Amino acid sequence: MSGAAKRIHPLPVRLMHWVNAFAMVCMIMSGWQIYNASPLFGFAFPNWATLGGWLGGAIAWHLAAMWLLVANGVLYFAYGVLSGHFRRRFLPLGPGAVWRDFRAALTFRLLHTSREYNAVQRAMYLGVLLLGVLVVASGLALWKPVQLAWLANLMGGYEWARRVHFFCMAGIAAFIVVHLALVLLYPRTLPAMITGGPRLPAEPEPRA
Amino acid sequence: MTVRPPDPLLSDHRRALAKLDRRMLLRRGLSLGALTMLTGCNLQDGDTVDRVLWTMSRWNDKVQAALFGGQRLAPTYDITQVTNPFPFNAFYPEDDAPEVDPASYALEVSGLVQDRTPWSLARLRTLPQESQITRHICIEGWSAIGQWSGVPFREFLARIGADTRARYVGFRCADRYTSSIDMATALHPQTILALDFAGGPLPVKYGYPLKLRVPTKLGFKNPKHIAALFVTNDNPGGYWEDQGYNWFSGL
Repeated sequence: MSGAAKRIHPLPVRLMHWVNAFAMVCMIMSGWQIYNASPLFGFAFPNWATLGGWLGGAIAWHLAAMWLLVANGVLYFAYGVLSGHFRRRFLPLGPGAVWRDFRAALTFRLLHTSREYNAVQRAMYLGVLLLGVLVVASGLALWKPVQLAWLANLMGGYEWARRVHFFCMAGIAAFIVVHLALVLLYPRTLPAMITGGPRLPAEPEPRA
Repeated sequence: MTVRPPDPLLSDHRRALAKLDRRMLLRRGLSLGALTMLTGCNLQDGDTVDRVLWTMSRWNDKVQAALFGGQRLAPTYDITQVTNPFPFNAFYPEDDAPEVDPASYALEVSGLVQDRTPWSLARLRTLPQESQITRHICIEGWSAIGQWSGVPFREFLARIGADTRARYVGFRCADRYTSSIDMATALHPQTILALDFAGGPLPVKYGYPLKLRVPTKLGFKNPKHIAALFVTNDNPGGYWEDQGYNWFSGL
């Protein structure tokens, strides 16, 4: 590997991160507007946090941005698996390590870097990727509950798919809150996701 | 018939008005949130956003038409699962639902059909009837299970000698609602011209005397109080479709 040219965040990851950020914000804000048309629970989202202006506009946004989200997501998963990015950055991961690092984080003794993720970061990133897959699957079940009846059934039927979709969104929104809070706490992580960060010295592949 | 033909002057400009209406409604979509996100773009350029959304919606029509299985059935339910009371929904309050006189009612049929004879309710009841218990899914997100029965629509299209190679069937309703569906959906075995709801004639609020029941489409593609239908190759659009709801809206 040409280690000299490597940066903390490779260019494809940076590109896909920002495309995903745009698509995800479009999806969540237009999704909140759609939710408001018939709230599942006893509250509505404030208008300023929604996108689309009215139900028809919100659905137009939601069903347009979904293509961007899914296309980008498919590329990201293909890249993550084929390039070894997922293996290098997110693995290994065990419950013991997560618990150890979680306790350390609560007492502010945990190292937070972009260079190598601690076990809590690994768990968070893998968790939000899983939520991303689930939110798309439940979204497809809501969009096509007849053509993809098997998928809707997997979610427990149309009405359960609405709830799965909502709670996946809630999990992703919670991730974003923590993610942004940590960027505020460690501001140097932000330019690294734009420029790639400092060049990394050549290092041997950590695992075969 | 209680239906008044549309004002001829207005109807001349109907398409232009609908287009204008849609543009204004989609532009309202540029809420504060959207503006925040588009910082850096030309904020006066709402038309570009409209055009992108409209183009994506037409792309979604094509994808959905390709995904649609002409014989794939919507799930059906047991009588004990029927939602009671079934929700009322329209673009007006329940009190404004049109009262249609059954004695003078006649369903008008036009466009690419061989027999344009209007259909009385009694004659519609002489045709084979089918019953279904299916889930009505509203674009707002809620859903409800109901029982409808009536004439299988493909049977009706055969009776009027419709050109089933045509692309669309359009509907005009006594409440001035309009909608349209693709021919593949019109010929789907569960698409019915419903005369009955829950075992009796359609109540006024659910579309008396005639409603198109399409369990493979969102609720707004199930027009109520149908006064006229026509077969055509020009997409007739519809009340909500012209304002920006996705036209195909298949399930």
